[in-house]
Amino acid sequence: MDVTQGVLAGDTRAIARAITWVENGDSRGAELIRCVYGSTGRAYIVGLTGSPGAGKSTLVARLAGLLAAKGHKVGILAVDPSSPFSGGAILGDRVRMFDVALARNVYIRSMGTRGATGGLNRTTRLAVRILDAAGFDWILVETVGAGQSEVDVHDVAYTTVVVMAPGMGDDIQAMKAGIMEIGDLFVINKADREGADRAATQIESILQLSMATGWHPPVLKVSAEQNTGVDRVIEAIEQHRSYLVQSGQLDVLKVRMAKLDVLEILKARLVDMTKTQLDRPAVQAELNKVVNRQSDPYTLADSIFEQSWRKT
Amino acid sequence: MEQKIRVLVAKPGLDGHDRGAKVLARAFMDAGMEVIYTGIRRTPEQIAEVAVQEDVDVVALSCLSGAHNTLFPRVVDLLRQKGANDMLVMGGGVIPEEDVPFLKEHGISEVFGPGTPLATIVEYIKTHVTREA
Amino acid sequence: MDDRESLERLKAAKLRWQQHVDKVPEGKTGKAYSDCATSSGIDVSLLYTPEDVEEMDYMHDLGFPGEYPYTRGYQATMYRGRLWTMRQYAGFATVEESNRRYKYLLNQGQTGLSIAFDLPTQLGMDADHPLSEGEVGKVGVSVSSLADLEVLFDGIPLDQVSTSMTINAPAAVLLAMYIALARRRGISADKLNGTIQNDILKEYSARGTYIYPPAPSMRIINDIFAYCSREMPNWNTISISGYHMREAGCTAVQEVAFTLADGIAYVDAAIKAGLDIDSFASRLSFFFNAHNNLLEEVAKFRAARRMWARIMKDRFHAQNPKSMMLRFHTQTAGCTLTSQQPDNNVVRVTLQALAAVLGGTQSLHTNSRDEALSLPTEDSVRIALRTQQIIGYESGVTDTVDPLGGSYFVESMTNRIEEEAWKYIARIDDLGGAVKAIERGFIQQEIQNSSYQYQMEIESGKKVIVGVNKFQAHDKPAMNLTRIDPTLYEKRHEELAAMKARRDMAKVEAALARVRAAAGGDENLMPAIIEAVDVYATLGEVCDVLRSVFGEYRPDASF
Repeated sequence: MDVTQGVLAGDTRAIARAITWVENGDSRGAELIRCVYGSTGRAYIVGLTGSPGAGKSTLVARLAGLLAAKGHKVGILAVDPSSPFSGGAILGDRVRMFDVALARNVYIRSMGTRGATGGLNRTTRLAVRILDAAGFDWILVETVGAGQSEVDVHDVAYTTVVVMAPGMGDDIQAMKAGIMEIGDLFVINKADREGADRAATQIESILQLSMATGWHPPVLKVSAEQNTGVDRVIEAIEQHRSYLVQSGQLDVLKVRMAKLDVLEILKARLVDMTKTQLDRPAVQAELNKVVNRQSDPYTLADSIFEQSWRKT
Repeated sequence: MEQKIRVLVAKPGLDGHDRGAKVLARAFMDAGMEVIYTGIRRTPEQIAEVAVQEDVDVVALSCLSGAHNTLFPRVVDLLRQKGANDMLVMGGGVIPEEDVPFLKEHGISEVFGPGTPLATIVEYIKTHVTREA
Repeated sequence: MDDRESLERLKAAKLRWQQHVDKVPEGKTGKAYSDCATSSGIDVSLLYTPEDVEEMDYMHDLGFPGEYPYTRGYQATMYRGRLWTMRQYAGFATVEESNRRYKYLLNQGQTGLSIAFDLPTQLGMDADHPLSEGEVGKVGVSVSSLADLEVLFDGIPLDQVSTSMTINAPAAVLLAMYIALARRRGISADKLNGTIQNDILKEYSARGTYIYPPAPSMRIINDIFAYCSREMPNWNTISISGYHMREAGCTAVQEVAFTLADGIAYVDAAIKAGLDIDSFASRLSFFFNAHNNLLEEVAKFRAARRMWARIMKDRFHAQNPKSMMLRFHTQTAGCTLTSQQPDNNVVRVTLQALAAVLGGTQSLHTNSRDEALSLPTEDSVRIALRTQQIIGYESGVTDTVDPLGGSYFVESMTNRIEEEAWKYIARIDDLGGAVKAIERGFIQQEIQNSSYQYQMEIESGKKVIVGVNKFQAHDKPAMNLTRIDPTLYEKRHEELAAMKARRDMAKVEAALARVRAAAGGDENLMPAIIEAVDVYATLGEVCDVLRSVFGEYRPDASF
C-alpha cells in the first residue's frame, strides 16, 4: 500500500496508517506530511470543547451525521486522556458515535493525549492536515473535556464551539477564565433539562462583559440526544465562517496555524534532541552536580543546549 | 515518541454481557495500550470498519451468546476484504474447546476462555503484535 | 441481648482472649488474624460475641417469621410448610425441543417453569431479522409469534404451572402472547400464575438487553402494573433483579443497594402514574444472586428483606403487610463457574444454593456444571436439580426457620450490609433516584470498579479460585456439550414466512395501528398488544411500532 497516494485518494486504511505514523513520531509520517501538505488548506476545521458530561461526543456525531447527509466528507478526531501512569488509554468517545461511524463519508479516529495537557494530542494538528489532504471538507476536533486548561483546540480550529450542559452553573463561573475567551459559539446541550435558560442567560451576561469586537458569539440551546437544534449549530458555524472570510480574519488564522505547525515540529525535535542529551552517560556526572547542589539546572541546560545546537 | 499498541475490544452479536470486555479494556490500558471499545451489540461490518479507521494492531472479540462461529470468522473475512491482513484477531467468551480449531482455521489467532489470567492475554498481545511500525 | 453486667464481663474476657490471640503466630491460609474482609469490603473479625450485636433489638430488628420486618423470613412456617419452588431456567433452540425439556423437568419433580428466550427474542427482533443470524436458539428458545408459544406450551396446563419468563424490554408482548394463548384454551388471565422479569433498569446498568429509552420503558412497566392489578391478581409483574448486576461484578452490598434502589424507582414511577401503592406492591418480586461467600450471602438476603419492609412502610406508607414482604427468586452465581475442572462447579453450586435456602429464598435455580463451556446437557441439569432436592430433603436445614438467625456473626453481618446499603441508597437519592443515577452512569461505574477490583484480586492471588489460580490441573475436560443446530436461522426463516402467509394481513395492520395509537397517547398499551399478537402480529412487528414511537436507547460506556 502506498500510503501517500492512498491518503490523497481518500483511502481509509491509508489515512489511518498515516495518522499512526505521525502519532508515533515515525519518520515516514514526516515524509508523508511533506508530500501531502500542498493538498491541505481546503478543509474547514471546527473544534469542540467543554466540560465532561456535556455531551460533546453525541453532538459531534449529530453534526457529522447532518453534514454527511448534505454530501460533505467529515473527519472526526476525538481525543481522550491517556493514563499518566501506564501511558495507556481507553478511548471511549466512539461508543457515542456509533450510529454515524459507518455512514459513508465519515471517518472517526480516537487519540489519546499521550502526555499532553491542553486537551489534545501533540500531533492532533498533523492528523488534521492528513484528513485535510485526504479531501475531508469538514474536520471536527473533540477535546478531552476536562476543564478550563483545554485551550489548545483554539490553535487548531477556525471555529471553536464550547459545549455545556445545564446544572453546571458553578462550572460556568469557573470557566470565565479560559474557555469563555476561546468560544466562537456556545452550545447549551441537553436543553430539555431544567436550568437551560438560566445557563444561557449566565453565559450571555458573561459574554457581554467581554471586549471582543466584530463577532458576538451566539448561545444556542440544543439537545443532541433528541437531535433538536443541531442544524442551528451548523448554521452558526457557517455564519462564523463567513465572518472570518469577510473580515479577513481567516487569512490571519491561516498564517498563525502555519506558524504553529512549524513550531510544533520544532518543539518535538528540540525535546527529542535534548532528552537524548540528558540521557547520555557523560551528562550523568553533570546531573549529579545539580543533585548535590554543586551546579544548578540553568547551567546544565545551557551547556546541553549549546552542545545540541552545535551538533545539528 | 514511542509506538503504542492499539487494541479494539469489540462485542459482536447480541449479548449484553460486557463484564469481561470491560475488565480486559482496563487491563490493556494499565498495560500501556490504547484501547477503543465498541460497546455492545455490534455487527461484524461495524467492527471491521472501526478496526480499519482506528488502525488498531489487535481486535479482541468477546461473545458469550454462542454465536462466535458465525460472527468471529466474518470479522476476519471483512478485515481481509479491506486489506487489513496484519491485524491480530483474538477471541474470548463462552467458547467450547471443540470450537477452537474451527476458529483458528478461520483466522482467529487465539481463543481465551473464562478464567484466563489477564497477564496471559496481555503477554500474548505483546509478543504477537509484529506489525511493521 | 444480655444484660449490662454480663456484657461488661464479656468485654473484659474478650480483651484477655484477644491479647492471647495476638501472640499466636500468623496462620498458613494467608489471611492475617486482624485483616480480613468480604467482597463488599466489610471487615470480618476472627470471632463474634454478643458484644457485636449489642445494639440490636430483637423485636425491632428481627421479629418473627411472617411478621414485620420479615428479617427471619416472609412466611411463618417457611420450608416446613412448603419447600421453595425448584425452578430451573431452561429453553434453547426450537419451541419443540424446549417443550420437551420442560416436560422432562416437570416429570423430574420440578415445580415451576422458567423460560429462557434467545437474544433476538429478548431484543424484540424476529428470528428472521438479519442481526439474528448466529443467535437464534442459542441462549434460549426463539419465539417470534403466538404460533411459537402455542407449540412451546403444548400439553402443559397453563392454569396449573407457574411460569417465569426472563423477558424485559419486550415483556409486555410476551405477557400478551401468554394471555392470548390461555384465552384460546379457555383459561382467563386471573387464573394464570407466574412472573415476567420486566426489570428494565438493570438492563441499562448491567445486562444490556434494552430497547427503548428509560422514560417510555418505565411507562410500559406502569401499564403492565396497572393492567395486572386489575386482570391478573396472581401474576408477579416484575422481578427486580440484582442477579445481573452481581454477575457484572458488583459486591453483595451493592447488589442489595442497587436492587432496592431500582425497586424504589419502580414504585415511585407507579405512584406518579396514579397507582395506589397497595394495589400493585404485593406483586413486586425480586431476584438475587447466590455467590461464593456463604455467610455474607445469607446475611445479604436477610438484610434485603428487612430493608424492603422498612422502605415500603416508612418511605411509601404501604398499609397492606403483603406490600412490605420481599419475596425473591435466587440463582446461583454463573460468574463463579469455571471452565477449568468443571465438576468442581457442582460443589460451588451446592454451597451457593445452601446460602439461598438459609437466606429464605422462595424459588431457586441451580446452575449446571458445564455452563462456563456451553449450554448445559440434560445430565448436568439433572445434577443441578438433584442438588436442590438433596438440600431440601436430606440436609435438615429446612426443618428450622432461619436457622442462622441469632448467630452473632450472621446478625452482625446482616446489620453491616444494611448500613452500607443505606449509604448507597442515600447517594442514589441525592442523584435523583435510580433512573437518573443510571443515566449519569453512576451505577455502571460502581459495578465496573468492583468488577475490576475482584479480577485484580484473582490476578494477584489474593483471592483463590480453586482450579483457576490455585490447584490447577491440565486435563482437558471431555464432555458432551449441547450444540445448537447451526441451520436454525434458515429454518426459522421458513417457518416465519409460512406463518405470515397464513395470517390475515388486514387484521394485523389494523391491530398494529392501534398499538401505535396507544403508544402515542396515554391509554394502557396492554389491550392493544394482546389484540395484535392474537391476530399473529409478530414480536418484531409490535416492537418496531414501539421503536418508531419511543426511539431507541443509546448508552455511554463506563470503565
